[in-house]
Amino acid sequence: MLAGAVLLGLLDRPLGLNLLDPMRGVLVFALLGLGLNVVTGFTGLLHLGMAAFMAIGAYAFAISTCDIYPFQIGFWPALGVTAVAGALAGFLLGAPTLGLRGDYLAIVTLGFGEIVQDVMKNLDAITKGTQGINPLPAPSLPVVGEFGTDERPWYWLFLALLVLAVKLCRNLERSRTGRAWLAVREDQLAASCMGITPIPVKMYAFATGAALAALAGGLWASLYQSTGEPGNYDFQISILALCIVIVGGMGSIDGVLVGALTMIGVANIALPKLASWLQAQGIVNPSNVLGSPNNWKYLVFGVVLMVMMRVRPDGLLPARLERAGGGS
Amino acid sequence: MRAIQHLSALAPLALAAFAHADAGSDAGAGVLGQQLVTGLSNGMIIALIAIGYTMVYGIIELINFAHGDLCTLGSFMALTVAGALGMEMWSGVGGLTGVILLLVTAATFCAALNWSIDRAVYRPLRSAPKLTLLVSAIGCSFVLVNLSLFWGGLPMQVFGGGVAAAAPKDFPALVSDNSLLPDAWRLNFTSSDLMVWSVTLPLMVALTVLVRSTRLGKAMRAVAQNPTAASLMGINVDRVIGATFVIGGALGGFASVIYALYNNTISFQMGYRTGMDAFTAAVLGGIGSMPGAVVGGLLIGVARALSDGYIEARWTNSVVFAILIATLVFRPSGLLGAKLRDKV
Repeated sequence: MLAGAVLLGLLDRPLGLNLLDPMRGVLVFALLGLGLNVVTGFTGLLHLGMAAFMAIGAYAFAISTCDIYPFQIGFWPALGVTAVAGALAGFLLGAPTLGLRGDYLAIVTLGFGEIVQDVMKNLDAITKGTQGINPLPAPSLPVVGEFGTDERPWYWLFLALLVLAVKLCRNLERSRTGRAWLAVREDQLAASCMGITPIPVKMYAFATGAALAALAGGLWASLYQSTGEPGNYDFQISILALCIVIVGGMGSIDGVLVGALTMIGVANIALPKLASWLQAQGIVNPSNVLGSPNNWKYLVFGVVLMVMMRVRPDGLLPARLERAGGGS
Repeated sequence: MRAIQHLSALAPLALAAFAHADAGSDAGAGVLGQQLVTGLSNGMIIALIAIGYTMVYGIIELINFAHGDLCTLGSFMALTVAGALGMEMWSGVGGLTGVILLLVTAATFCAALNWSIDRAVYRPLRSAPKLTLLVSAIGCSFVLVNLSLFWGGLPMQVFGGGVAAAAPKDFPALVSDNSLLPDAWRLNFTSSDLMVWSVTLPLMVALTVLVRSTRLGKAMRAVAQNPTAASLMGINVDRVIGATFVIGGALGGFASVIYALYNNTISFQMGYRTGMDAFTAAVLGGIGSMPGAVVGGLLIGVARALSDGYIEARWTNSVVFAILIATLVFRPSGLLGAKLRDKV
């Protein structure tokens, strides 16, 4: 998968594909998906509020870099702040709620997502309300200089960060904590009999997932030089993240990458293409509700979730469970 | 008895609220009274939807995420019928006929749709893990939202000619908003409020009778307690679950019409909001308990109204979610619910 992404980065210009621009979205959402995968895939906790951590990341990044605030610590340190802010938010949400049953926890995370969105919208003294915080600085590197409108440096940066995150997740999965996550997912009672204390283990998963989601939010904000309005981080984004994890296969890191490619590919590349084709054919006109690709997203996400649950609940690339004593 | 104890625990709270108002000026009391009337009426609507959540949860332990959006479709159906028959012009007895017609259409439509959703989406997943079912319900909710969006694009006058599908739609005011109380009371209790109460209360009574003293109600309680044992006793579990969805859907349909008539505006995304209010109400009252859903609905309605009046309307949704989270964290079995334990 990642090799394919590298190949695409190299071949896009010569072949004239112009796919790097939408692919940046795929990479950012793959990062978000990796975060959710830690929580839902590895640890088995349904999380319906990932967009909130993305928002917290975006706003943490914005507040530590934008020139209307006194901090202005620059792109790279701000990424660190973003991840820490996300992890802290994950702890804050997890600490009181992780003892809850699965479906109740899901609803709490959903509520958290809505509250965060409302807070961002209403605390306009700090968050600038619906205007969002802007302008935000672009990253700069010694050779490349400051990133501008050319999508290639962005693509490579996002890809590099994604590779790091994938590496991190793979290592975590095999670590003591990661094995505890899987054990809690498979059977919490059995896991606690083996000496695993479920709540701290889950908390660690929450914080890790939140940090990854916050990073995705920070990168997204930096790419658009604005946090955008708080309404951008709504329930639809949380569900998009869930679709990514479910399509790929819960608990499967390769699955997340496939899921991100499929879902963002459908939502940001295929749907607009389909809409413009339908309009060109004269089947629908642009003013019609059916003519805008955005108006199909709910339907696509919904059908994806329903069909996957019915036909292939393990996803396209199911995670393989290592047998006891196996492992590499 | 437990129920009464819990209610009495709430009484000091309510008294405190009144005492607070008394301490303020007379006008303050008038405003509070008005907030309470509006809150209770909205609370009745929320309660009706909450019953749909709580019944389904009681019987198959599914948070039926799509329930709120089902109600949205119900009110779109009602608006379509109202538009097709030209109900904007109906008034007086005609208006009353119109309301009854809309209630029956929407309830039938929602009941049929809810049954079909159960049949097509949830029933094949009966033995699947609970989270699988929940994710399907979320998917189903998204599909329904999108269908409402498309429905709003119908080229009909009532939908604004189908140009701005996503815009909120005006619902014809079949029931007047004139107060029924004398002016001196400085309190508006309108015909709309009366309509809300006179639709919801009989429905709740009927439902209680149905669950307590009919064969179907007995079967529903049996399946809720233990599906396997119920089926061993010769109860057709799938049919009982189907019937639960039909009843919940019908109540949602009634609620969707009175919501539309009470608020005079509907939009394709409202199901998420009302659905969350109703779900919060169900959880607050104790999920699985029908009296709990009603108490929870009224409390949430009043809480919303008080938050609109005394905090700020833009924080109201957060207030409701905070209530939801606090209930789940500190008292997951709700006010009237039985203690639930995670099944191992």
